Amino acid sequence: MRWLVSDMSKNKQTAGHKGAYISQRKKEGEVRNCIRYRCGLTNTIQDVLIQRPGWVEVKEEGDWDFNWCDVGWLRENFDHSYMEEHVRICHFRNHYELTRKNLMVKNLKRYRKNVEREAGRLEAAKCDFFPRTFELPSEYHIFVEEFKRSPGSTWIMKPVARSQGKGIFLFRKLKDIIDWRKDGTRSEEQRDEAQVESYVAQRYIENPYLIAGRKFDLRVYVLVTSYIPLKAWLYRDGFARFSNTRFSLNSIDDQYVHLTNVAVQKTAPDYDPEKGCKWQMQQLRCYLTAKHGFETVQTLFKEIDNIFIRSLLSVQKTIINDKHCFELYGYDILLDQDLKPWLIEVNASPSLTASSQEDYELKYRLLEDTLHIVDMEGRLTGKEKRVGGFDLMWNDGPVYTDVGLEAMGCSCLVANTHLGCVNDRQKQLQQLLKPFPGQKRA
Amino acid sequence: MMDESTELSVSITQIVQRLKGTHLHSQLEKQAKECMHKPEIKLETLKDDVRRLLKESGWERKLQNAVYRELHILPPPGHPRAPPEHAKEPLEYMRKAQVSWEKRILKSLNSMCSELGIPLARKRPVSEQKELTNKWNEMGTDEPDLSKFRPVYAPKDFLEVLIGLRNLNNDRSEDLTVRSNWGLIQVSLNVRDIPQMRETYPELGLTYGQLGIDDHTHVPPDLFESEHIVIGKKVVNEQDSAAAQQYSRQGCPTGLRAQLWTLILNTTDDPEVITHYEQLKARVIHHGLLVDNLIYKDVKLTASNDDYYFVFEDYLYQVLLCFSRDTAVLEHFNYNSATPPKSCVQSKSGSEQCAVVYPPNGVIPFHGFSMYVAPLCFLYNEPSKLYSVFREMYIRYFFRLHSISSHPSGIVSLCLQFERLLQTHLPQLFYHLREIGAQPLRIAFKWIVRAFSGYLSTDQLLLLWDRILGYGSLEIVAVLAAAVFAFRAENLMEVTSLASAEAVLADLSTLKVMPLLQIFLFATSV
Repeated sequence: MRWLVSDMSKNKQTAGHKGAYISQRKKEGEVRNCIRYRCGLTNTIQDVLIQRPGWVEVKEEGDWDFNWCDVGWLRENFDHSYMEEHVRICHFRNHYELTRKNLMVKNLKRYRKNVEREAGRLEAAKCDFFPRTFELPSEYHIFVEEFKRSPGSTWIMKPVARSQGKGIFLFRKLKDIIDWRKDGTRSEEQRDEAQVESYVAQRYIENPYLIAGRKFDLRVYVLVTSYIPLKAWLYRDGFARFSNTRFSLNSIDDQYVHLTNVAVQKTAPDYDPEKGCKWQMQQLRCYLTAKHGFETVQTLFKEIDNIFIRSLLSVQKTIINDKHCFELYGYDILLDQDLKPWLIEVNASPSLTASSQEDYELKYRLLEDTLHIVDMEGRLTGKEKRVGGFDLMWNDGPVYTDVGLEAMGCSCLVANTHLGCVNDRQKQLQQLLKPFPGQKRA
Repeated sequence: MMDESTELSVSITQIVQRLKGTHLHSQLEKQAKECMHKPEIKLETLKDDVRRLLKESGWERKLQNAVYRELHILPPPGHPRAPPEHAKEPLEYMRKAQVSWEKRILKSLNSMCSELGIPLARKRPVSEQKELTNKWNEMGTDEPDLSKFRPVYAPKDFLEVLIGLRNLNNDRSEDLTVRSNWGLIQVSLNVRDIPQMRETYPELGLTYGQLGIDDHTHVPPDLFESEHIVIGKKVVNEQDSAAAQQYSRQGCPTGLRAQLWTLILNTTDDPEVITHYEQLKARVIHHGLLVDNLIYKDVKLTASNDDYYFVFEDYLYQVLLCFSRDTAVLEHFNYNSATPPKSCVQSKSGSEQCAVVYPPNGVIPFHGFSMYVAPLCFLYNEPSKLYSVFREMYIRYFFRLHSISSHPSGIVSLCLQFERLLQTHLPQLFYHLREIGAQPLRIAFKWIVRAFSGYLSTDQLLLLWDRILGYGSLEIVAVLAAAVFAFRAENLMEVTSLASAEAVLADLSTLKVMPLLQIFLFATSV
């Protein structure tokens, strides 16, 4: 499958020297003329940035107004960079509080305790969206207690900091992990790495919701532009990633069955790249509605919203808030057979590489709308509840749609999220945004 | 000539005959007997009381639904002295063409069989039977070597046959005039034009609410959608087949569609349905058929490569393999212009050859056949239910898309109607496409043959099939094909080759079906 390669826009100013022009953000409402950006990645984001009118890439040591960096760069440079007020960067300094599996679990557990203390058991139960998880080696003993309490259950071991399914395996017997730690077949370095590296052991969800016998998980995009106060946007598009093989608990060694990351599926022997193993979120929502009815699916998606909001609230006070920072998270959600959603993990750098034309277009739209919200051009008022495919989900409190359900006889408040719903972003953007300077309205 | 009342009594007799001996019949008898024990029954008014009780308990409704279903598949009344083949297809040239087409396909199948040295049918060894039973739910994981199998035919082969149809009674000149057919179909059938269709499809009109239009995001739900859903729930509660069909004309809500379609098709959850399916499954396990390989190949080539339907691969095998063995399907040949193909199979004793219907259901699959089933997987995941719904849809509608007949929902009429609509309402476009060697039907044929399955996005396809069921006709498929051309007319006027015309119409996945239909039917000036 080939997809379009972006054109280089014709009238680009080439900038590269410092201080050659005014770079301060102008007063509220005024439009910037030229935005200098750096981009550390070579995938869809690069196309989006290149094609944005008035945005110019700077390389090497030039000043920049916007930086789409990878977390490595952030770790090395963030603390040493001075950023003027208008500058924006795509990560929070300590995002790993949410995205490293052991830290996320720790924060969630602490948050849950607070909720229980302040609002009682029922409210705290709403935080039970992640499976029982223990950090190893530090929590080894409480893990063993829990393990023994549920004999025969399956657990999954995940390295804390790796991605794309690397290093993950399933086990049912304590013997399996004891053996693994002592595994003589692994090289010295591997063993040392394992000693140093943290793992989490998590209760494996043995009854995932299956479609046509296949397991899948959901990838959903959440954009956070501020933690204090918490402002979070939910993207309408997303996708369900299917495992290429049929689900069965008999073969826990077959990681291809259990892991649905595209990265892992790509290496499976029967992987057919032309086949594609994703469904658009709209497709999935339609399917579930046809199966279970409108109300059940409404409830499910409300519970999924709950996962985003509470996970963000749990790290609200831990993450170093910084007005320069925004972050686009990729949430991985799993449904079980009772249609309960579970949080698997949060990614600070969700893959922006496209696996197909359709995927490219989704990620392109997603990134374009992200940049609309970051709003370097100063076109938004700040009061918007929707920008393109993003709906404002939380703004220091729940956000409701403007249209109530008066027709039903009650004026119930309806949450402003539309995951898996129609994404008529073009139209909405046309009505919402002033055109870029020098660009005619389409 | 039969008058109306005679026709009616003949129909009644036929329907009663068909319903006699069915499971419903025995259930009704049982229910009636049980009614007798009820205290409110009085001897003097026995008949009325029993009737009343059956009505109240919903049994009368079930009988109504069953009768309604029979009406759908009742062959049209014919002259008492007409031979049965006239009931299947009144026009002789059509009959002849169908017979010759059937001979061709059968020859192709038989030669494939002898070339490959594979028997048309064989009993599976016990080990293979066991393996298949274990793998029944994941047949898609098999990667058999299918390279030597070719589909028996593809839609484009069938199109060539239709293009060659001629009515010898009609003397046609070859000149192209305003009154001749500019398209590929060169026979005259009575197909409807827009003014006539406006009367047939009033519910698609601008003054009626529609799902697919009036459930759009910026339309407040209390204008149409909420009320429509409430009515839908009532229809489901009442279990009324005729009401469901009427309701479906304005679209089925996603959450109710599965139930509404089973109502319209009158497919029940009776144990006999499940038993029948299990029997078919047993037949699949015991015997392998040559057509099984054709089915595998078709699924692998079409549905498995589809972005939406790849997930349902396993279900497709479970349905289509059973379908091939279902002799109950043979019944539909009473009103199908086609005749089930017969092949020579070694008899048990091995000494003689006898002609048996092959495959057992009389339907030879072609390239793309599995796409009739794929969208249904969205609604039903229980194999026996999915199977019954598919089979009923096939014997009511889909069979007409690949047999040559003069029926208004037959493929010939649909193609002709498509071309006529284009010629009448978009003459400039049609003429231009003709001139550049891009006959519109060459592009639209594949959509029509599959009733757009695999070309539209799933939610749009289901909205279209709502209307097929609602109006009991495939005519809307031809109208949609014309509406698509109308929608992309501007771009099509600029192309200069068949290939570029194909490119303009290659991707229909963003189309919204109902606005296109509505505009074409009700906003085109006539």
